[in-house]
Amino acid sequence: MARVVVDVMPKPEILDPQGQAVARALPRLGFTGVSDVRQGKHFELEVDDSVDDATLDKIAEGFLSNPVVEDFVVRRVQS
Amino acid sequence: MRVGAVTFPGTLDDSDTLRAIAASGAEAVPLWHGDADLKQVDAVVLPGGFSYGDYLRAGAIARFAPVMGEVVDAARKGLPVLGICNGFQVLCEAGLLPGALLRNSELHFVCRDQWLKVENNTTPWTSRYDAGAEIIIPLKNQDGRFTASQSTVDELEGEGRVVFRYVGGNPNGSVNHIAGISDATGRIVGLMPHPEHAIDALTGPSDDGLGMFLSLLDQVVSA
Repeated sequence: MARVVVDVMPKPEILDPQGQAVARALPRLGFTGVSDVRQGKHFELEVDDSVDDATLDKIAEGFLSNPVVEDFVVRRVQS
Repeated sequence: MRVGAVTFPGTLDDSDTLRAIAASGAEAVPLWHGDADLKQVDAVVLPGGFSYGDYLRAGAIARFAPVMGEVVDAARKGLPVLGICNGFQVLCEAGLLPGALLRNSELHFVCRDQWLKVENNTTPWTSRYDAGAEIIIPLKNQDGRFTASQSTVDELEGEGRVVFRYVGGNPNGSVNHIAGISDATGRIVGLMPHPEHAIDALTGPSDDGLGMFLSLLDQVVSA
């Protein structure tokens, strides 16, 4: 078994109103110096060793993300 | 003429969609997400709601339902398909329509009667409207901001595939005020507002939405 992390983020050119709302809230909470926030999704998958990188890419590209508006990164991490 | 409406877990507007289909004079056929069977319908409507709780992304899980395999195959062979709200999101996720629907730019759930301009009255779903007609039907969603790459938007605009456009203010920040689009054939149409909730002035802001269902009937009668 291995842990695989998939991070999905809105593409840079896509408006991210949720991230903007977070960014606007920070000064109200007293946190200064944060100029921008982008909000995405973080998935942790426990996978058998038999699952190869190509399959993980298919999962990330074909299901966990929408390539029209999102980018993704797949990482294998120590479990 | 038999027109189906699909129920996914979390679909809300299947009853009103079936009612609108029947009101147009067609036979309304309930279709079930778990059945890979379109029951010989002549067209399919994917109604609004929150299929599978909108988990992951709106429409992302519904596209893998057994019935959707049949819908995609039939749509590619020319079956008219209409996606309303969550149904529009499902059609985009399934790749039958381009682009994606993202969170409304103001982050609010928008629920109001919305004026639309009919930009293309040559599709099977809009032939009853005059070109450029303005209609008012309900809009209710959280993820209604149509987004696509600039090249896709240029293609949609250039080919007359923007079917409906918001007028009187853009409720969600969609690109070019787009409310609804079609595929290259015009037979597959998706829109965020709800024609099925506006078929009778007693229960909706107008009966403007009925025109979409009557248009479909004309199409098949004349074919």
